[in-house]
Amino acid sequence: MALDPVNTGALAPAVVHDMPVYSTPLVAVPEETTFFVRNMEFHYGDFHALTNVSLDIHDDAITALIGPSGCGKSTFLRCLNRMNDLIAGTKVEGSVLFGGADIYGPGVDPVDLRRRVGMIFQQPNPFPQSIYDNVAYGPRLQGIRKKSELDGIVEDSLKRANLWKEVKDILNKNGLAISGGQQQRLCIARVLAVEPDVLLMDEPCSAIDPTSVQKIEDLMAEIKDEVTTIIVTHNMQQAARVSDYTSFFLQEVAGEPAVLVESGKTNDIFTAPLDKRTEDYITGRFG
Amino acid sequence: MRDLFAEDRERLKELGPDAMDKAVRNQRRQARRFRERFANNAALMVLSIAAGITVMALAIIILYVLINGAPAIASHFPSFIFTWPHGVNAAGGIWPTIVSTIYVTALAMLIATPIAVLAAVYLAEYAKQGRIVTIIRFAADSLASVPSIVMGLFGLAFFIEAFHIPMSMLSAALALSLLMLPIIMRATEEAIRAVPRYIRWGSYGMGATKWQTVRRVVLPWAMPRIITGLVLAMGRAIGETAVVFYTMGMAINMPVTPLDSGRSMAVHLYMLAVDGINLKSAYGTALILMVVILLLNTLAHAIQRRYRKVR
Repeated sequence: MALDPVNTGALAPAVVHDMPVYSTPLVAVPEETTFFVRNMEFHYGDFHALTNVSLDIHDDAITALIGPSGCGKSTFLRCLNRMNDLIAGTKVEGSVLFGGADIYGPGVDPVDLRRRVGMIFQQPNPFPQSIYDNVAYGPRLQGIRKKSELDGIVEDSLKRANLWKEVKDILNKNGLAISGGQQQRLCIARVLAVEPDVLLMDEPCSAIDPTSVQKIEDLMAEIKDEVTTIIVTHNMQQAARVSDYTSFFLQEVAGEPAVLVESGKTNDIFTAPLDKRTEDYITGRFG
Repeated sequence: MRDLFAEDRERLKELGPDAMDKAVRNQRRQARRFRERFANNAALMVLSIAAGITVMALAIIILYVLINGAPAIASHFPSFIFTWPHGVNAAGGIWPTIVSTIYVTALAMLIATPIAVLAAVYLAEYAKQGRIVTIIRFAADSLASVPSIVMGLFGLAFFIEAFHIPMSMLSAALALSLLMLPIIMRATEEAIRAVPRYIRWGSYGMGATKWQTVRRVVLPWAMPRIITGLVLAMGRAIGETAVVFYTMGMAINMPVTPLDSGRSMAVHLYMLAVDGINLKSAYGTALILMVVILLLNTLAHAIQRRYRKVR
């Protein structure tokens, strides 16, 4: 199975989309829905990783994806900005509508999609450049060259990422020379600088110090009204603390595809889950 | 008759029924420990001797060249470096050979680097990984192991005989660049492959295209290792004798245009030593050649160390 794309970086022509595509969706997409996912299947080569995932992601809210390791929650997250295209041999079926349009439809440029749906990874990944250049990376890609304009974007983005106070005097320092928690907030600032509609966060807090975790949770709440956020987390307290909605994924049998067990308002999921498996997970019986 | 072992039996009784076994086992264990310690020390000795021979070989060569070469430079300093050789014994300095060496190496770098780096980017980032990439990689490795005398002969036949380029900096640089291509290409490819996936994803995740990602993120990230490869290739070219001997000639000349001929330091060293014309100057040249290459290697290490601090 060609699962290891670590160094190939090849944009594989991996996505096969068999669904008929309509300019207007067959089902009416509810108001205030950012992502409208129906009957999604996902394959890594021969491995069927996710099956029959149907989920609405709500506008201007924080959605947490929880579940044990290997349950496909990160895979699902990467489907939302077609990051899985970068992994050779992957295949998506079903509908993933973003703002009413199918992101796997013909004529959709994943590069454009990713400008609107930004992503933060578990491992902070600043580029080997100055802090300033890191944040200015996205705006520069979009052709913004004017120093004053870039200065404004950099300052604004770093402020929104709760990092400005710590780095305002060291903007020329290498982005790799600051602490891991600061690096992660730098990466958030870098994504916010391109003003995405959606922010996907793949376990953003599992490799950093508690102070930075606090600051990231704070900034998530602060930007909630402008940016729809979806966060994958292993930390259930974090999911309960920060999110408005929660979805629980589970792979019940090893080798079989994982499913979306239950989703709903975070409060409901954590206090009155409908599914026995959700309850078991939340009360710590497995995972 | 007096029981000679009565005391021992008493003592054994006190110690319990297993005491005898215990004593034997204890002795065996000590013997094993001793053997193990001996084997360990012996291995350590053999390994350190092997390591010592390696270091000694280098030290002896450097010392030998230093002892023989230093007087030639010191007695005519700095004229040994900055004047021309003269007379039948090639007395005097070696200035034009230093300039020729630097000239041809720089020119070869200019030719080889862009081709090698772009080829490596293609192989590592764009080419469909599979048979063809494996073949290209194998070809590069084979090119790297072509004996330099063969490469020199090829340069003579191809660039000079077939393309009528005169024996010059240009023809030598072309032939040298063939030698450097695979070194730079493989170093660059390895460097690009070593860039972590999540770093690329950071760029793609912001809506960067492949080329933007390669140019602004992947190559800068890989740069220290690429530079190391460049410096190593440069060291190889500077010390190269056979290739330049065939393609640049041996006339002592101060090159100005790329079509001028000249004599590199390595060729000068060979010419002086082969007939015993002027061994003193030969050692002096060897010393300068070695110092230059040593400096380059140190530079490569320094670059790697500098960048590793932040990585």
